[in-house]
Amino acid sequence: MSLEEQLEITVTVNGERITRSVPVRQHLVDFLRTELGLTGSHIGCEHGICGACSVRVDGAVVRGCLMLAVQTDGSDVVTIEGLTESGEVADLQESFVERNALQCGYCTSGMLMTAADLLKGGKSAARDDIRVFLSGQYCRCTGYQTIIDAVEATLKGRGL
Amino acid sequence: MKAPRFSYVRPQSLDEVLRLLGEHGDEARVLAGGQSLMPVLNMRLAQPKLLIDINRIDALKGISINDGMVRIGALARHAEVMASPIVAQRLPLIAEAMPHVAHVAVRNRGTFGGSIALADPAAELPACILALRATIVLASLRGRRTVAADDFFQGLYETARAPDELLVEVLIPEQKDDHVSVFMELSRRQGDFALAGLACHARVQQRAMREARLVYFGSEAKPTLALHAMAAIEGRQWSPQLSEAACAALADDLDPIDNTFGRPATKLHLQRVLTQRALAEAVQRASVQ
Repeated sequence: MSLEEQLEITVTVNGERITRSVPVRQHLVDFLRTELGLTGSHIGCEHGICGACSVRVDGAVVRGCLMLAVQTDGSDVVTIEGLTESGEVADLQESFVERNALQCGYCTSGMLMTAADLLKGGKSAARDDIRVFLSGQYCRCTGYQTIIDAVEATLKGRGL
Repeated sequence: MKAPRFSYVRPQSLDEVLRLLGEHGDEARVLAGGQSLMPVLNMRLAQPKLLIDINRIDALKGISINDGMVRIGALARHAEVMASPIVAQRLPLIAEAMPHVAHVAVRNRGTFGGSIALADPAAELPACILALRATIVLASLRGRRTVAADDFFQGLYETARAPDELLVEVLIPEQKDDHVSVFMELSRRQGDFALAGLACHARVQQRAMREARLVYFGSEAKPTLALHAMAAIEGRQWSPQLSEAACAALADDLDPIDNTFGRPATKLHLQRVLTQRALAEAVQRASVQ
């Protein structure tokens, strides 16, 4: 077998600029988890269905398993660790805890990353809209009701 | 799983992309949004030698309008198409389809050109551009050529694109004032793969549809123009009986795939349900226009 092809990238992750050599076939979440130790983004299905690996790249939420790490060269990546640190979704996280919007927690970081995208829009959203917005995120514990409750309560709390 | 080994290049110009495609042909894969290619690689259903990442080629980006023709660059992201005022105003069929195209995180990466070039049988956009009589622009070292949507989709994931060609843009005529379009889809959850779907575009006068284009997807191997159903309704005033006649004719147009999503008879039934709803909706929309 030939040696693993690598490429050097410079990427900003949670505000910190880093340069690393990465295998070209490594997807973004593996890079974040194994190379940078940011294990808040989870790996579920690895083919874009479950949403557990959702992260923010250049301001937009994306599937971390459907983007190669090399593609983020020059980009700004925010994971659940960075999002938490910034306080951007502190109210949403509190609301998740209050309403039991998680049980095992495996989907939670992806749920929060995606819901953050909805909140970022600064517009009100009906329950059905919230449901559609989060429809790409799998949760196998909660039955989703409490997750919708938590997002709805956060929107209301923000006066939306 | 993890993707198999491949080489990766990120060309900075269209010429470089075409040179690489000319050199490597079908041993290379073009990486645009990656929302279909990456799952295929992660599941090891394909093992290309080379990935050509076109994400930084500015010539492939953007949405614009010129003289009644909307140009959607191959790299326009679904999220961009969904938010585009040009698409909302000039291509209401596509605007109506966009919320059905996957989920928000996938729409942020997935591209218009990628969806057309891949021609997934459950994809919304191939059906829409076929209904709208779009033109697909392909480029290679041999030059540029255009292919009508009618000739582009040839079979299951099969298109008129040659291995050394890159889909650079799609040209779509804007919807005329006397036309109406309706998009409908059935799936288990919004954003999931379509079980049945219909893109409909027609001129409607006094509750009669003319030059109607009915394109079915989801159930078929490729987006399918329903010629018999179209002939059944051509120029005739809408009525429940006419709708029934179109549904009966569909049996000659469709040949639904038998798979875990449903049997052919079920899918034909679902397409008929959509047909009835869509025809009624088209006439309704025309009446308030």
